[in-house]
Amino acid sequence: MTNAPQTSAATNNGPALAVCWSCKGPVAWGGLFCDTCKAVQPPVPLDHFARLGLKRDFDIKVPVLDQLYFGFQRQLHPDRFAAAAPKAKQISQSQAVAFNEAYETLKDPLTRAAYLLDLLGEKVEGEGAHTIADEELLMDQLERREALMEAENPAEVEAIARQAKLDAEAALSALASNFASGDKIAAKRGYLRLKYLVKLGEEARARRARLTLAR
Amino acid sequence: MLLQIHEPGETPLPHETEKGLAVGIDLGTTNSVVAFARDQKAEIVRDARGVGLVPSVVAYFDEGDPLVGELARRELLDNPEVVVSSIKRLMGRGPDELAKLGDALPYELGPPADGGMARLKIGARLLTPVEISADILRAVKQRAEIALGRAVDRAVVTVPAYFDDAARTATRDAARLAGLEVLRLVAEPTAAALAYGLDSQAEGLYAVYDLGGGTFDFSLLRLERGVFQVLATGGDAALGGDDFDNAIAQRFMAERGDKLDRDHVKQALVTARLAKECLTDRDDWDGFLDLGEAESAHKLTRAEFEKLIAPLVERTIQIAAATLEDAGVAPDQLGGVVLVGGSTRVPLVRKRVAEFFGKPPLTDIDPDEVVAVGAALQAEALTAGSDTLLLDVLPLSLGLETMGGIVEKVVERNTPIPVSRAQEFTTYQDGQNAMALHVVQGEREMVDQCRSLARFELDGIPPMVAGAARIRVTFAVDADGLLTVSAKEATTGVESRIEVKPSYGLTEDEMAAMLRASIDNAQDDMERRLLTEARVEARRAINAVQSALGVDSDLLSADERKRIDETIDMVERAMSATDRAAIQGAAEELEHRTKIFAERRMDRGIRKALAGRAVADIGG
Repeated sequence: MTNAPQTSAATNNGPALAVCWSCKGPVAWGGLFCDTCKAVQPPVPLDHFARLGLKRDFDIKVPVLDQLYFGFQRQLHPDRFAAAAPKAKQISQSQAVAFNEAYETLKDPLTRAAYLLDLLGEKVEGEGAHTIADEELLMDQLERREALMEAENPAEVEAIARQAKLDAEAALSALASNFASGDKIAAKRGYLRLKYLVKLGEEARARRARLTLAR
Repeated sequence: MLLQIHEPGETPLPHETEKGLAVGIDLGTTNSVVAFARDQKAEIVRDARGVGLVPSVVAYFDEGDPLVGELARRELLDNPEVVVSSIKRLMGRGPDELAKLGDALPYELGPPADGGMARLKIGARLLTPVEISADILRAVKQRAEIALGRAVDRAVVTVPAYFDDAARTATRDAARLAGLEVLRLVAEPTAAALAYGLDSQAEGLYAVYDLGGGTFDFSLLRLERGVFQVLATGGDAALGGDDFDNAIAQRFMAERGDKLDRDHVKQALVTARLAKECLTDRDDWDGFLDLGEAESAHKLTRAEFEKLIAPLVERTIQIAAATLEDAGVAPDQLGGVVLVGGSTRVPLVRKRVAEFFGKPPLTDIDPDEVVAVGAALQAEALTAGSDTLLLDVLPLSLGLETMGGIVEKVVERNTPIPVSRAQEFTTYQDGQNAMALHVVQGEREMVDQCRSLARFELDGIPPMVAGAARIRVTFAVDADGLLTVSAKEATTGVESRIEVKPSYGLTEDEMAAMLRASIDNAQDDMERRLLTEARVEARRAINAVQSALGVDSDLLSADERKRIDETIDMVERAMSATDRAAIQGAAEELEHRTKIFAERRMDRGIRKALAGRAVADIGG
């Protein structure tokens, strides 16, 4: 999957030039600022990886992602345009929105996996999502849910939460290697498994909070 | 102690065309504070006695201007019926919500304003919380103007992180009414972190525990080289030091065997507050409660006080724990915990915070002033430019009501802002041409357990069979946390202009009337703002053309160049006068007369790009 084409002006056959809204001169397609008059440019349609200057790859180092994101927001956040012309302010806001969305999606491995699978033509969330039957996952899910519902004290719930966390970590590294080897179907299974473990962890925490309060 | 900041030769009087100063204002439940920053050093604006806190208390007499601050607070004992305090707790709340408070609300409710905003009956007046807050803001603005010797017309105003859209809008409207342009609404905990972060260049994860008079906010932030990234926020918009006072006052009233009476409650609260403050340094308090007819003696030990407030303090710790857990952060991972708000002076609060986080909290900056310091630093950053950046999040989820009163979340809480999210809905009847939308904010699943923000009708949907229309509703939240909703029918592209009427807001007419009535002559103020905007836009247009001339002026003949230069001069001349329409007209003319130039520049750009691509193709 690392061979997936990068979305960029060059390979997209899209127009490589755009008109700067401020000085009306030429500006590179997808450029953040006009080289001539320095005006901020509106966001162009790009996938989240390309927007942040990342390779389209599941294996992202979050500190690297943070740094890239901070770097863009330092230039584009509306606070940087507090004294600018109204149109520039508005454009900076739409840029900040685009970078926030890209960052939010890629920061969390679960949403990153769903997004990447979607890009690879294996939609897993929302309308038109392909579902797959995973008997093993289903059985496991039923057993753990039952155990959680029957747990009557915070310590038992804590044990279930801890196990879910450990298993989620294992599922995450399995998912990463599925993506690395380009096995989309395995990645899809891996995604669903991770999603369910994360959800179980959340439910366990909610139940623990309820049990603690009840005491 | 007055802050004296004059440049040599600077006129101390506000000049007609000169921009005023930008300050930071902490509009608090109990006290408000204003600060001003220069060169990343903020100073609290103090009165002649060195006091920085302005009690957020307003006294309205039948005649004359309202009294604000300490003078108003003194009226509490003699004329409680004309005094308003803790108005912040009512910001953005609807009349029905206030009615539910019953005796806990020490004011009589009047008929609501046309826009649905609650109004209080204070003496002979009917006042919205927005107007009362505006009176407080006007007073702190004047205080700053006297101290700084310059007009103040812009401000960063802080709000509790947990403030919903209605409360934020109300705060912004109050500032507008007081003649202040809001540069940014900043969450109080974020402002506090900013105050600490700039001083110490701190890096890593920090928590801000902010227990004010009326609100509790808990925020988790990451600090890194000038970036303040809010990771998660939690809190309770109705939990604070006022509740401590209330607990004590209830005890006093019970000891007297008195029935709760509005004016008596106010006086009991004043005494309760004195007792609370006394117990910060001492182990016991005794005093008298004088309610006119009968004086009663009361005693309170610190241990008794702590027992009264322990459940309230535990609630704050539970909220902190849940917020950390949501973010997947353990208490011992934190680099520090910043204390904000006067209520964090209470020893039990400090003790429980230290126990929970396993380290003593940071208290270097006065917890009553730290928020204003941060606000002032941000005001400077926004006007003079800086490397600091505040990346904030949406405090409460936003959603729409769907069938059966269930909330469909459109933007989840703790999403970084600004953010824009769209959701698609469809019609459920053949030929349906309108759809009612109800926007709510909150975490609960049912509509009636969330805050109602706005209701509006989307009409003009083209007739289609049920389920065929695709209505895309877009929620856009700006960096201030303020929401705009728009809707569009996707299959036909018919866009319906919709006006979002806040459920408990002010109508534009009401706002305009209040502005007209305000002593600051807001009509002029508005015109001045539009003039400034026109000048900023004209300056941008000139800069853009000049930049282009710097690169491509060889595309113009001498005559053409002369014509453009003349037009620029014309815009400059218009800008030095005060006719807004003339400035806009001149700027448009400049755009018009540089059209050919722009076309030639585009042609050149395209030729260059093609040449570059041809070389690349040969090379590849």
